[in-house]
Amino acid sequence: MKNAILSSVALATVMAGAASAETVRVYNWSDYIDESLLEKFEQETGIELVYDVFDSNEVLETKMLAGGSGYDVVVPSGTFLQRQITAGAFQPLDTSKLPNLENMWDVVSSRTEQYDPDNAHSINYMWGTTGIGVNLGKVKEALGEDAPVDSWSLVFDPANMEKLADCGVHFLDAPAEMIPAALNYIGEDPNSHDPDVIAKAEDVFMPVRPYIQKFHSSEYINALANGDVCVAVGWSGDILQARDRADEAGNGVEIAYNAPSEGAQMWFDQMAIPVDAPNPEGAHKFLNFIMDAENMAAASNYVYYANGNKASQEHLVEDVIGDPAIYPSEAALNNLFTTTPYPPKVQRVVTRLWTKIKSGT
Amino acid sequence: MRRFALIAVPYLWLLALFLVPFLIVFKISLSDTALAIPPYTPTIKDGISALIAELDFENFTFLASDDLYWKAYLSSLRIALISTILTLIVGYPIAYGMARAPEEWRATLMMLVILPFWTSFLIRVYAWMGILSNEGLLNQLLMWTGVVAEPLQILNTNTAVYIGIVYTYLPFMILPIYAALDRLDESLNEAAEDLGCSRMQAFWLVTIPLSRNGIVAGSFLVFIPALGEFVIPSLLGGSGTLMIGKVLWEEFFNNRDWPVASAVAVILLLILIIPIILFQRNQQKQAEAEQ
Repeated sequence: MKNAILSSVALATVMAGAASAETVRVYNWSDYIDESLLEKFEQETGIELVYDVFDSNEVLETKMLAGGSGYDVVVPSGTFLQRQITAGAFQPLDTSKLPNLENMWDVVSSRTEQYDPDNAHSINYMWGTTGIGVNLGKVKEALGEDAPVDSWSLVFDPANMEKLADCGVHFLDAPAEMIPAALNYIGEDPNSHDPDVIAKAEDVFMPVRPYIQKFHSSEYINALANGDVCVAVGWSGDILQARDRADEAGNGVEIAYNAPSEGAQMWFDQMAIPVDAPNPEGAHKFLNFIMDAENMAAASNYVYYANGNKASQEHLVEDVIGDPAIYPSEAALNNLFTTTPYPPKVQRVVTRLWTKIKSGT
Repeated sequence: MRRFALIAVPYLWLLALFLVPFLIVFKISLSDTALAIPPYTPTIKDGISALIAELDFENFTFLASDDLYWKAYLSSLRIALISTILTLIVGYPIAYGMARAPEEWRATLMMLVILPFWTSFLIRVYAWMGILSNEGLLNQLLMWTGVVAEPLQILNTNTAVYIGIVYTYLPFMILPIYAALDRLDESLNEAAEDLGCSRMQAFWLVTIPLSRNGIVAGSFLVFIPALGEFVIPSLLGGSGTLMIGKVLWEEFFNNRDWPVASAVAVILLLILIIPIILFQRNQQKQAEAEQ
């Protein structure tokens, strides 16, 4: 459904911009922008915008490493960005073309430097946490009033999962987020690169595996909103979007998001320009457009993710800036952890373990 | 000389569209992964001698050492085989009905079989997701009629994969069987009945054997693509659905390991060559018989 909407927007933008010669091609996560911003960009700059979407860092990386993707702006998350910078996939930003850089928020940019030293190749678009979305009514029905909706034990304790299996549980199909979450749950270092420690995640997933309906990284938004599933491990803003869609549909489904109290992963989605971008000039214009305080606020107000733009905060609606699930308090921020990319040999161990967890072999 | 040119055309076609891509995939399957663009090493840029020196069969020994891949190949074979049989069971009566229908209806019936192809395959599979989900049309109907009290879990299971494959490939089964049955001489059945066969016996002893070529052709047309199917298991299947097309996709996109993904593809092709050769031979025999 959302793809249909997006492609119709893309089509409309193609038609609207047919007269101008210049094109910027953007490849962003699905459900991740207020689409009216796309039109606004075209009107302001006269550049035709082609907007495509993906739902996994891995798919994006495959396209980046194949080369010749044809995109001018892409949005990898921190650890993936770091790998792709190493592979030589991105060009350094020309800061003279990005006057709006002054709007950025040091709290975020100091954290993204660990992936992109000096933030030389990327700007922060949004950031968030990986946590648990629940259909409150169904979960309480299955587990009682004091269901541990703010704890990883909700999804990693087989006793809970057995009762939740009937109403449907989705996990993200993203090993780089799920395995750190499992390690964190059993008290190991979530950022461990030691294969023996990583192997311990298997003991967390295997007992709950039979109760997981699907590993998928975008279906859960609709599935939660429609009441098809009652629990989803997912990204903060996606689950809040599901909450909103359920409210709009008025189907009695009440969704809540929690970054679990044991600790949750904090991630950063960064906009960067591929080394072989056909229109780097236009790409810089797009980045500068996005860093405009009002534009960035419009995007966050629409998708319920926090952004790395300090100046945008005065334009954010109370629902967003005032919601600790989106903008956590200082204390809650300290409870979040970040990860670094796996070296290739460890990556192999991680992906094999993930295949084993997903398929049972 | 002219004859040579005539033969050369199909061979050039085969060379350009099959052999060259295969050799590229085969070459990548002998490489190692690298964090670079493209993500494997060595590449042509390293020079021919370095290229040859660094290639090895490591990825194939890796596939053999990990039981995941054999289980996936076997599971794909099983799913492809069962879906082929199911498609035959559903498709044969439809083809039979079409062939026995009055002459003036046949074009319309044929049209109805082909009509779904006018919609994108992906959209049709998405439609099945809407039909089969817990809150979907099928479950709502079953609960409304009181057949079941709780919604049946169909989506994200192997059952949904079978439904998807049978639905998608049904026309490939119906059309060759219909072609065989259409040509069948009605008087042969009458002769069989005159000679003492019941209608049922005449069907089994005359109609089925004479439509054998259509059954074989239809079965291969379903089995071969179903074996490497990726879209249906990934959209309709669950975490327990193990199919080699999905494993290949995951090697390529999730693990970003092009060499291992290529090795999986090379072996899949080797497995497919047997049914493809059998299919070719069947087609050839049929052509000869008609001459």
